[in-house]
Amino acid sequence: MTRRTRLHALIALLLGLASPHALAENPFIVVQSTTSTENSGLFGHLLPLFTKKSGIDVRVVAVGTGQAIKNAANGDGDVLLVHDKASEEKFVAEGEGVERHDLMYNDFVIVGPDRDPAHISGESDVIAAVKRIAEAKVPFISRGDDSGTHKAELRLWTDAGIDAKGQSGTWYKEVGQSMGATLNTAIGMDAYALTDRATWSSFKNRADHKIMVQGDKRLFNQYGVILVNPAKHSNVKHAEGHAFIDWLLSREGQEAIAAFRIDGEQQFFPNAAR
Amino acid sequence: MQLAPGQCTSGLRHAVLPISGTGLAYRRAGRAIIDGVDIEIGSARGVVVILGPNGAGKSVLFRVLAGLLIPDSGVVTWGGTPPDRQRAQRIGFVFQRPVMLRRSALANVVYVLAAAGVPSKERLALARHALEQARLLGIASSSARNLSGGEQQRLALVRALVTRPDLVFLDEPTSNLDLASTVAIECLVRRACDGGTRFALVTQDLGQARRLASEVIFMDLGRVLERTPVDAFFRSPRTPQALAYLEGKIVL
Amino acid sequence: MQHVGDALALAITLIGSLDPGLFEIVALSLEVSLTAVAVAGMIGLPLGALIAVGRFPGRAVVITVVNALMGLPPVVVGLLVYMLLSNSGPLGVLELLYTPTAMIVAQTILVTPIVTALTRQTIDDLKVEYDDQLRVLGRSPLQKTATLLWEGRHSLLTALLAGFGRAIAEVGAVIIVGGNINHVTRTMTTAIALETSKGDLALALALGLILLTLAFAANAIVMTARINAHQPVYG
Repeated sequence: MTRRTRLHALIALLLGLASPHALAENPFIVVQSTTSTENSGLFGHLLPLFTKKSGIDVRVVAVGTGQAIKNAANGDGDVLLVHDKASEEKFVAEGEGVERHDLMYNDFVIVGPDRDPAHISGESDVIAAVKRIAEAKVPFISRGDDSGTHKAELRLWTDAGIDAKGQSGTWYKEVGQSMGATLNTAIGMDAYALTDRATWSSFKNRADHKIMVQGDKRLFNQYGVILVNPAKHSNVKHAEGHAFIDWLLSREGQEAIAAFRIDGEQQFFPNAAR
Repeated sequence: MQLAPGQCTSGLRHAVLPISGTGLAYRRAGRAIIDGVDIEIGSARGVVVILGPNGAGKSVLFRVLAGLLIPDSGVVTWGGTPPDRQRAQRIGFVFQRPVMLRRSALANVVYVLAAAGVPSKERLALARHALEQARLLGIASSSARNLSGGEQQRLALVRALVTRPDLVFLDEPTSNLDLASTVAIECLVRRACDGGTRFALVTQDLGQARRLASEVIFMDLGRVLERTPVDAFFRSPRTPQALAYLEGKIVL
Repeated sequence: MQHVGDALALAITLIGSLDPGLFEIVALSLEVSLTAVAVAGMIGLPLGALIAVGRFPGRAVVITVVNALMGLPPVVVGLLVYMLLSNSGPLGVLELLYTPTAMIVAQTILVTPIVTALTRQTIDDLKVEYDDQLRVLGRSPLQKTATLLWEGRHSLLTALLAGFGRAIAEVGAVIIVGGNINHVTRTMTTAIALETSKGDLALALALGLILLTLAFAANAIVMTARINAHQPVYG
């Protein structure tokens, strides 16, 4: 072999090593979604059911809502599944998505240390509760990352008439991280935090933190699913993406969502339009 | 088995000898290390030795003539033409501190043969023969860097001679060595000399100069002051600096 | 600190039970990082040697830049590679985003400056010792480079090890360009990040201990090879 053919063979070998997964792949779609749905384990339960039925693999990129939307707007995903209705509707209005569908809901809860320095445990009015946290100036950890959870949290401060962001760095701390990382920080600092129930149920580092406030209608958390617009991004696998969304919205998919439980408790409540 | 004279250098048409420098000058840190040197070596058989006190510019002159340093002014020629990389293999250089490759003694010699273009099936035999002639066959498979100073320098000389160069520069080859190694080196030089290789030697060992050289070039402060046959130089040097040197007055 | 005890026990259980999930992420980590180091070596070893041996204007600037690039933040590299490979980026047509290949690309970018800079330093030091001798032997710059690379092989191996250490330990780059997709682009470090964010600190730590063991093993293998190499085996 001449030196040149040896070089070519080496490059081919390395490229081959580098992408073994390129050979004989199942069809797949990429779903941009949030850490709350991934970390709770919902996808681990749901996706194998879809793949078994359709033969399509679902690859989930789980990041903050803001990042998921941005990625989808770049065309780096086929389906968007997040929980921030305002941003989702904007996504569709700007032509990035085809249509938004209600998928399922769960709720947010406020968690805090057992000793409850702000005395909010059992409070049914979440606005009253956050007012008490602000007045007592007890530590509160915010996700601070433009996620669905973060935006929901900000709405609570606004409704309570409190400028929490203006006091960032004092009792109110913005960490700019995923739900789990935010919870780790809250546990570590003996602080309160707003979290979705599913993440909390599956969270393993609770120390002595407990759910302090739940049930208020304002803690309602709606999830939506959108197909990324193939007219804008020609790489979108819109047949497979459609198949996934259709399945999620179908009776079978909705029942599968309802069937997901942690410690026997249902975490997500399907509410797709019939 | 030995290479016939010119066997590995066949195809290189131009001679490398004599090596000559005209108007050579080299300055560093404001000081003239060599200053207006005209010199020609290698035109006669045998060993020419350059003597002089420390700082006289002897080593620098060797490096300039061997093509390792570019002079600030002046011209160096090999056989009438400027030095070039191809012909460099026909000139050997043994440094004061031997430079050994991180491999066995034998592999060091094989490396030099390979660099000279000797076909691979001949290299091993030639290398073994060269080591045998220098009575170094016993350390052939030892790691070269772990040899004693004397063994390394003998190996360096064997390496320089194995390609049958036209001329070898020896820059204080034995100043760090014990007596036995010095004797062995001088023996190798004498034998190679008899075989036609020419040498240029820098040494501080006056006895060595007398034993090996046929001609003396005396340098001081960057200039060539004398060039005389060896016996005449030691009997009656012509310049006062040479006289002072021989009488040990210049210590610098 | 009770996590540490749990982590140790968990690590042993995972290894002992030949947990397939564990082996999947270990295999991917090794595949990505070893390939990245191999490619970085193919680029960095000759490049570093040529910078060391070469004489060209701006050489000092080049050396400074390469040294500085050793400190490239992984997350920044991840971001830049993401923008390159994104479907709305210039190389989107390659469809490499969220694949192990993208992770290899990102880690190669991280590791190449390390290999180049350390090679350059090694060869520069060797040059001082060998340059004159090689020149009297009539070696061309290319031949000198090849000889010096072989002479410096032990230090260069350490340079590759340093690169491997950087690659196997980073998470910022691979998590952005790989997406931490289960069974596809999840490596040891991204799995550790995930388990941490799920609050499962014991599992995260267990994976961390296994990762440390891998790094130790890699270094031990190389050390053994070096010790063996010091036996005279030539001739």
